[in-house]
Amino acid sequence: MKLTRTGVFTIVVALAFLAVPYAATLLGSNYVITLATRVAIYAIVAVSLDMLVGRSNLVSFGHAAYFGLGGYAVAISAFHLANDVPIFGWAGTNEALIAWPLAMFVAGFGALIIGALSLRTAGVYFIMITLAFAQMLFFLFVALKYYGGDDGLSLSTRNLFAGNRITDARTFYWICLAALAICLLLSWRILNSRFGMVLRGAAASERRMAALGFPVYRYRLAAFVIAGMMAGLAGALWANQNRFVSPDMLSWVRSGEFLVMVIMGGLSSLVGPVVGAAAFLLIESYLSGWTEHWQMVFGPFVLLVAVFAPRGLWGALRGKGDV
Amino acid sequence: MQLVLEQLLNGLQLSLTLFLLAAGLTLVFGIMGVINLAHGSLYMIGAYAGAWAAAKTGTFWLALPAGLAAAALVGAAMELLVVRRLYAREHLSQVLATFGLILFFNGFIAWSAGRSPLLMETPPQLSGFVEILPGLPYPAYRLAMMGVGVAVALGLWYMISRTRIGMLIRAGSDKREMVEALGVDIAKLFTLVFALGALLAGLAGVMVGPIRSVQVGMGEQVLITTFVVIVVGGIGSIRGAFAGALLIGMCDTLGRAFVPMLLKSWLSGPLADGLGGALSSVIIYLVMALVLIVRPRGLFPVSG
Repeated sequence: MKLTRTGVFTIVVALAFLAVPYAATLLGSNYVITLATRVAIYAIVAVSLDMLVGRSNLVSFGHAAYFGLGGYAVAISAFHLANDVPIFGWAGTNEALIAWPLAMFVAGFGALIIGALSLRTAGVYFIMITLAFAQMLFFLFVALKYYGGDDGLSLSTRNLFAGNRITDARTFYWICLAALAICLLLSWRILNSRFGMVLRGAAASERRMAALGFPVYRYRLAAFVIAGMMAGLAGALWANQNRFVSPDMLSWVRSGEFLVMVIMGGLSSLVGPVVGAAAFLLIESYLSGWTEHWQMVFGPFVLLVAVFAPRGLWGALRGKGDV
Repeated sequence: MQLVLEQLLNGLQLSLTLFLLAAGLTLVFGIMGVINLAHGSLYMIGAYAGAWAAAKTGTFWLALPAGLAAAALVGAAMELLVVRRLYAREHLSQVLATFGLILFFNGFIAWSAGRSPLLMETPPQLSGFVEILPGLPYPAYRLAMMGVGVAVALGLWYMISRTRIGMLIRAGSDKREMVEALGVDIAKLFTLVFALGALLAGLAGVMVGPIRSVQVGMGEQVLITTFVVIVVGGIGSIRGAFAGALLIGMCDTLGRAFVPMLLKSWLSGPLADGLGGALSSVIIYLVMALVLIVRPRGLFPVSG
């Protein structure tokens, strides 16, 4: 098998992720692990968003909504358990194997409804409508004073994973990394499946795919729901890492940041979104350590990427024609 | 009854403010095909320049031209430096680039003016109340805002349907290449339209100063509501922007005023409070969803 440039870089990225815990031991600091965990979680969101933006040419500007729904599903389940208040006759849960699939289900259900409405439109309408619905959920959680409203909701402890504590930074990192690996595998399988072909075909020409007899709307809705579920899983992980959720998880700025990650990394490439998430978080943590007004520098940077490097970092790394 | 009338007027006033923003956004999209997220930043810049000028000079009547000039100049610079490069690009690049602009402007304002909200005084000539009906006083300033909104709407209508520049705008949004082939300097026209949209956003920003707090992030809140307005009205259509602004402004104001009250009349306790607050804050999005189910391209769809 001939190793392409993409193959080499993919292996480098994978090795970097695997080396993080050892690097942390060498440096004697857990901050590296915390940062890498955040990268892994954001990378899941970026991979899911790329399935819509990159592969299907569906620019969703409200992806933070599903991230937030996943986070809130976990936090609310734990909240009811901790306060001993049943919700609809259910005691709530602190078990990851129940709460995380629940988070994915809630986020997927949200994506189903929002997607069903938004996918009736296209182009710039789609951008604005996904943004508007995400904003609607944002205001909904702000107004839900019972669950903390503006101030957010704290989790007293991380979820248990099959009954085991996952408070150790390394253990939690491996779990997040495994989740990212599964999402990447799924994304890769979809890319090369008939389902993925239809999505890419419809991105190139919706009319042609419709003429070939494919129900494009249903395929797109399925992709929208799958992407929403992945983002929901990432939200559940994020809630566990920070033991805190707030409406900020669903804010439009976060949706914008997710888009920046995907594009900075490179659209419709398997590893591009992962690189983008890593680059975004590294730049953010560097700039925000340097000045409180880091957005003043980061904004023009985003602008430059959009104008001069629409193929992203990965696109620049992997060269031309290589997929 | 008085309460209803007062809320109707508040709704109308919000509608006209939304229209000032929506008109610029929809014009820019209709004629240039650019989705400009930083439109809300122009509104914020207008408000800040106005508040700054008012604090320096002590009079609203200098704040108004300062806000307008700042927004129009920044708008023109934005078009020449950034937006111009985005005409031929896909929406994704436009979204990303203008998102970067928002981050920059928010960071810049927070750095130069601080994060605490600024306050602006109502001009003394308009600080009183006008009794519009016996027993129904209404703030003169808000009435003046409505007057300006109506005047701008009429002026825009006249400009677009009766003047040469309006003819070029209509033609440019329909068949850009043809207008260019006829020898019109399309680049100049685009800069002009963009600056006009910025001017309207700045006008909305300065006028809103005395009734709301001027702060970082004020632009985005109103921007997303403006998106709802033009999606409902039909993107690219001024008439649609007007209809959408009326519908959304009214629904939002009346919803916030009466939905919690109505809920309380047949529910009780904290549930009604929570639900009322939540429902009234999402009502405009529900209206948008409804419109989309019935008419996916808005109330006044633009062909092409």
